[in-house]
Amino acid sequence: MQLTRSPPPILEIEGLRKTFGDTEVLRGIDLEVGREELIFIIGPSGSGKSTLLRCCNRLEDATDGSIRFDGTDISAPSVDINELRQQMGMVFQSFNLYPHLTALGNVTLALHRAVGQTKDESEERGRAALGRVGLSEKEDAYPNELSGGQQQRVAIARALALEPRILLMDEPTSALDPELVGGVLKVIRELEESGMTMLIVSHEMQFAREAADRVIFLDQGEVLESGAPDQIFSSPKHERTRAFLKRILAQP
Amino acid sequence: MIDSFFNLDVMARVLPAIISGMWVTIGLSILVITSGTVFGLALATLRALQYKVVNLFIVFFVDAFRAIPALVILMVVFFALPYVDVQLSGFVTAWLCLSLVLAAFCEEIFWTSILSVDKGQWEAARSTGFSFLRSLRYVVLPQAMRLALPPLTNRAIAIGKSTALASVVAVPEILNQASSAQAQAANASPLTLAAIAYLAIFLPLVVMSRWVESRFAWRQ
Repeated sequence: MQLTRSPPPILEIEGLRKTFGDTEVLRGIDLEVGREELIFIIGPSGSGKSTLLRCCNRLEDATDGSIRFDGTDISAPSVDINELRQQMGMVFQSFNLYPHLTALGNVTLALHRAVGQTKDESEERGRAALGRVGLSEKEDAYPNELSGGQQQRVAIARALALEPRILLMDEPTSALDPELVGGVLKVIRELEESGMTMLIVSHEMQFAREAADRVIFLDQGEVLESGAPDQIFSSPKHERTRAFLKRILAQP
Repeated sequence: MIDSFFNLDVMARVLPAIISGMWVTIGLSILVITSGTVFGLALATLRALQYKVVNLFIVFFVDAFRAIPALVILMVVFFALPYVDVQLSGFVTAWLCLSLVLAAFCEEIFWTSILSVDKGQWEAARSTGFSFLRSLRYVVLPQAMRLALPPLTNRAIAIGKSTALASVVAVPEILNQASSAQAQAANASPLTLAAIAYLAIFLPLVVMSRWVESRFAWRQ
């Protein structure tokens, strides 16, 4: 198991701190994400997992520390953050699909209105993206006509359509009924096989064990442990990791 | 009774004046509704940018213009401005004042509608590379509009009706025409005709607003 496949890493996080008022949510995170790496971030609620992801594409601005994407400091004044965000797709726990647009409309909106492609170009690419998540036949459906799993796959397609170089997924399956989780995980698996770099906050432990290159345990705003899934799950070094895994795995 | 309110003779005589008044009412309403809505939307957009000082001014303007009766604003502007050498015609005064009043109400309607759109919608838009303004334009406003439309149409109709206030600053709209005709004829029938004229203009709008509301309801 390689920790980083090909240098240099696509994402380099150094000394990342984030405070909200008096609360220090992230207390100095160091993390490197290699190209084509699939990393799972696990940890108790309130440990800062989501905030970490949201700092990566500056939905939250870091209080301190640096994040470099493909060698570029993302908070440098010269950086066009909108262009950068298109290269870092984001998938949300609650999907956040645009309810006033069809599946295809959701996927093509940014291509057409932010990237500036023609309607035809954007629809061609949008259809390809919907095809990748297995929802070609649903392009005219509105979000409220789709199941949760289908909605999340449309949301993944919306990010994919922009041809991102990394996907940030914030609990992509937590809002889904158990029987719908599989479809989303299957899509993630296929993305991994196609070489997509992914940073996923998720508690799908079984899946993490099978698919992840690396698992990171975040607790109280710090990376407590980082390693291959087998090592983290079978022989965690930290007492807090052990306690957390015991709690999580005890759930049905 | 019928003679003083439904005097067909008098009505026939003042009909041309009332009809010309209808055109003024319609024209003024269209101008006020257009500029008031656009200005209100612009203010709501500006407010969404969250510059503290700017927002303080916006909130003050909105609250003031919602609190002061439109008639008072109209008369202050019309009778006070000449003292500082600004001479606006009655029509322009009415247009300006009613637009500001409508803008104040529209700003509040747009603003609360924008606020009620889920934060996740902004985040999804921003994460796909939309700027703030484009997120607003392509993602948030289309959703906010659906919420804003019923109160907006109500407000638009209300402000259209209150163009009748312009009669006090000598704008020859329906009510102004009717009351001078009433004085001349010493008969109230022109006012009855004015009521019918308002009904003819605004009843279709009221009916249409209902259609617009259902047309823009969420597609299920």
